Amino acid sequence: MASETIALNEFGDRGRSISERLHDWVITVDHKRLGILYILFSLVFLVIGGIEATIMRIQLIVPHNHFVSPQVFNRMFTMHGTTMIFFVAMPILFGFGTYLIPLMIGARDMAFPRLNALSFWLTAFGGLLLYFSFIGGNGLYGAGNAPDVGWFAYAPLTSRAFSPGHSTDFWTLALLVSGIGSMGTAVNFIATILCMRCPGMTLGKMPLLAWMNLVVGGMVILVVSPLTAAQIMLLLDRYLGGHFFDTQAGGSAVLWMHFFWIFGHPEVYVLIIPCFAFASEIIPVFSRKPIFGYPVMVAATIAIGFVSMSVWAHHMFTVGMSSYGNTFFTITTMIVGIPTGIKIFNWIGTMWGGKIQFKAPMLFCIAFLFQFLIAGLTGIMLSAAPFNWQLSASYFVVAHFHYVIVGGILFTIFGAFYYWFPKMSGRMYNETLAKWHFWLFVIGFHLTFDFMHIPGILGMPRRIYTYEPGRGWEIWNLIVTVGVFFQIAAVLVFVVNLLLSLWKGEPAGNDPWDAWTLEWSTTSPPPDYNFAAIPVVGSRRPLWDLKHPEDPDWKYE
Amino acid sequence: MSSSAIARSSIESEWTLPSRGRVGMFTLIAAESAIFTIFVVAYIFYIGKSVSGPMPKGVLELPIFITVCLLSSSLTIHLAVRALRSAKVGAFGLWWFVTMTLGAIFLAGTGREWHRFIFEDGLTISTNLFGTTYYSLVGLHAFHVTVGLMAIALVLILTLLGKVKPEHSERLDVFSMYWHFVDVVWVVVFTVVYVIGR
Amino acid sequence: MKSTRHEKKMRCGEQTRSLLSKVVGIAVLLAGFLLAARLCAGAAVNPSQVPSIFKPESTPADSIFHLSLLVLSITGLIFVIVFGLIAYSVVKYRRRAGDDGREPPQVYGSNQVELAWTVIPVLIVLVLFLATARVIQSVQDAPQPPGAIEVIAIGHQFWWEFRYPSLGVVTANELHVPVSDPSHPTPTFITLLSADTDHSFWIPRLAGKTDLIPNRVNHIWIEPHDTGLYLGQCAQYCGTQHAKMLLRVYVNSQEQFDQWVQEEKKPAAIDSAAEEGRRIFETTACMNCHAVSGTAANGRFGPDLTHLMSRDTIASGAAPNTREYLESWIQDPDSIKPGSLMPAMKLNDRDLNAVTAYLLTLR
Repeated sequence: MASETIALNEFGDRGRSISERLHDWVITVDHKRLGILYILFSLVFLVIGGIEATIMRIQLIVPHNHFVSPQVFNRMFTMHGTTMIFFVAMPILFGFGTYLIPLMIGARDMAFPRLNALSFWLTAFGGLLLYFSFIGGNGLYGAGNAPDVGWFAYAPLTSRAFSPGHSTDFWTLALLVSGIGSMGTAVNFIATILCMRCPGMTLGKMPLLAWMNLVVGGMVILVVSPLTAAQIMLLLDRYLGGHFFDTQAGGSAVLWMHFFWIFGHPEVYVLIIPCFAFASEIIPVFSRKPIFGYPVMVAATIAIGFVSMSVWAHHMFTVGMSSYGNTFFTITTMIVGIPTGIKIFNWIGTMWGGKIQFKAPMLFCIAFLFQFLIAGLTGIMLSAAPFNWQLSASYFVVAHFHYVIVGGILFTIFGAFYYWFPKMSGRMYNETLAKWHFWLFVIGFHLTFDFMHIPGILGMPRRIYTYEPGRGWEIWNLIVTVGVFFQIAAVLVFVVNLLLSLWKGEPAGNDPWDAWTLEWSTTSPPPDYNFAAIPVVGSRRPLWDLKHPEDPDWKYE
Repeated sequence: MSSSAIARSSIESEWTLPSRGRVGMFTLIAAESAIFTIFVVAYIFYIGKSVSGPMPKGVLELPIFITVCLLSSSLTIHLAVRALRSAKVGAFGLWWFVTMTLGAIFLAGTGREWHRFIFEDGLTISTNLFGTTYYSLVGLHAFHVTVGLMAIALVLILTLLGKVKPEHSERLDVFSMYWHFVDVVWVVVFTVVYVIGR
Repeated sequence: MKSTRHEKKMRCGEQTRSLLSKVVGIAVLLAGFLLAARLCAGAAVNPSQVPSIFKPESTPADSIFHLSLLVLSITGLIFVIVFGLIAYSVVKYRRRAGDDGREPPQVYGSNQVELAWTVIPVLIVLVLFLATARVIQSVQDAPQPPGAIEVIAIGHQFWWEFRYPSLGVVTANELHVPVSDPSHPTPTFITLLSADTDHSFWIPRLAGKTDLIPNRVNHIWIEPHDTGLYLGQCAQYCGTQHAKMLLRVYVNSQEQFDQWVQEEKKPAAIDSAAEEGRRIFETTACMNCHAVSGTAANGRFGPDLTHLMSRDTIASGAAPNTREYLESWIQDPDSIKPGSLMPAMKLNDRDLNAVTAYLLTLR
């Protein structure tokens, strides 16, 4: 099958000028190119968000520091959070999904290619809008201001009274626009996965990546909408005199919190579930065994999808809900930890009895296992409402969620990068540089985020541009900041590896990892039409069946 | 190997999956339902909490006529699509036109109601919580009706130009799902605003 | 993936060695670094000033601490077991040197195992939840005993207003409460309100935090067991100077507290030497925002200054309460707390001196 496909990739079309090739990329509706655009876009914003974090950490390295003013610091944490969630994590995961889903289900493209393109450009425009605020915004202190209300923008701080000027509006509009883009992507994911699988690929035979993106698509549809609704209400308050969150007129600040977190909590599952998908594809291949308990993994993901929509007010344990409310959200939050934990066991079960190879994708996934375990456990600590009354809004929470987002999400994203880079570019990356990236990042990550839990326990709240000496916070802040520089070094090594490998990496061939899903049956990079003939599959690992005709999977499934 | 080829072709020939258009429209409706749910929740939450100004009881009148019009338009759009499927393009055009008229009557009625509120009762979106939640919820719905009407008008123009054929009935059936959704939302809004909230 | 047996053997041995050397290297680096950091970190830390949640000195903070011990034990145990499983499988099931290249047994799953590792977490969650639910109730729904001190705390951008309605006391930023004797409990029950945006009241050693939200009434209680000064600060981002909206809670003995109340109830001390300063205070914008009881100044936007000099700090903990800092604050608040809502008064030197002298008499 593979030998029949003719590679008609961008390396092959000589004779097109730079501007013609750029034009091709700008007008493309090909899911592979859009996927790569999403990923490159996110990498740029990853660097920008990282700079914002570095600025904050330098300011906090010692107490009463004067590296930046409080106004600048407050803009930094707002922009850092908003950027990383909406313009790094979401787009990069959508990018991988957009690239991989049609290939893994044996389709030629997504269900709605033009909607796909629109979704990407809306997201890109949202990012530009947010950053335009630095020069176009007009916040509390004059011209040129980014939003400074925190990434969850609590009311009434966002009202005209407390945030005059336009900085808050840039936040609102940027997210409204990119939210519409996200919904478009979700529609595409769902329609593609339900309607375009190749013959023989029943829902029970599709790769876990497809299942998890299906659940993510459903979640995005249901939870980005509440954020959109809340932001429309905020705009009505700010521009048409509405009173949704106007506490002077009887409005409720807590209502914004409910609406925001009804979006905000499932959102973090929207971010982690695709990463579960990456781990579920990478760990089996590098353990040389199928995923342990495929049906349970599917059921657990769906369970997480549903239960995660009932836990949102664990972000609001301190707002004065009744003891019944607090008790309810405690139990739902603890419950959502169960299917999540089951998944960790299944990944261990996959490695168990295998022959593990420590290539870069697997290294990142193993680190993910350790780190996600810890992140989940600090999450359980936070789920106990009384414990949460101490820990919330402190550096303990900041450490917890960075443990999930960096230690869980970013690590698996790096793993996915290395795993699928050969497929996307046709070239192998440099394994030595990748290992340097890995270890530098592990050191930096743990220096920063392990020790970050301690100031929280010692009473240091979040979102403060400076802190008092003599409270025992100094040394931990120092260590946390030092870790940042290791992470910067690691990311630099990563970027260098990417560029070097693109330029002169070894040709990868169709299937450098001896893997089992359909994307490895076509060339690297795949031709525009993905497959010469639409495949017909009989099991969850079609390439295993081809490579092991004496012992195919469909005998056991 | 030949047995697998036979198995392959039988799998291929029996392989049917749902239509992309329908699935896409379902997901769009799900997303819109979530948005409306939040506005409805806000409306219900703020019932009776206005600090001042005109109260629902004092200004709301049951909009029976326009409700009947809008809900009937669901029937007429269904009849239109059914006619088109049976290749009766003329009947299709007629029912389609009736649908548009009924929708337009609904919008006009809403406009009249708003005119009365603003100029006689002094109720605007900034007056009080009732004003804010009422205009935003009813307005969001009216916006969706407007978008639907624009699509319907477009199809009407294409029909008059003779471009609409029986093979388009599937697509128009998918569009009609959106129109039915708009009507269902109105049932909810009507109940919450004019029945419960009064 | 395809390589000679010898190369594979070399690679695997190499991998183990390089793995080990990396782990050792990291450990050494870390140890050396921590030592250096400790030496550099400077400022001696007074342990009683460390607002650690693991050093509770009040009933609600105690309950939370005990619950946290249970939670930490359970999560610690889970960590050890699962971490051990991951580490074991990564080490035991790694591809060895001299591997024959055959795929290992392809195991698809096991229903019994799945059942086991579903049931056990469910049981753990049940235990945790029941313990937690009890503490939620005991802290949140605690009844207010007759001897309780009642305080109303109103959050402002960027300071704290404290009122003791039944004692007739109004003050700011520094809260005084009596220590509670178990035989005759005198906890302090605080009603939390906000004048502008969201804030949060957090003294880690005395209680978990509760938010102050405009148009909403919240409650918190503390029952301190030991006298002393307890530190905290606003824990909900409320704007530019959120970081310096600090809290000081002085837990006094009953006699000290009663004495403090007596002093706070009195109207402002009248000192004829400060007449000039008082005149300036009352004729410029000062009295628009500040109140001094017994005088014409009755502003509510800023802190009550009647007994300003009984406080250890100014600007909600941002600076010590001394003549120099008072002068700097009045002249240009942004020099101490950039972005605070007090405008620079732009007084000339003579007026500044006089007003400061006046404030210094407000004991």
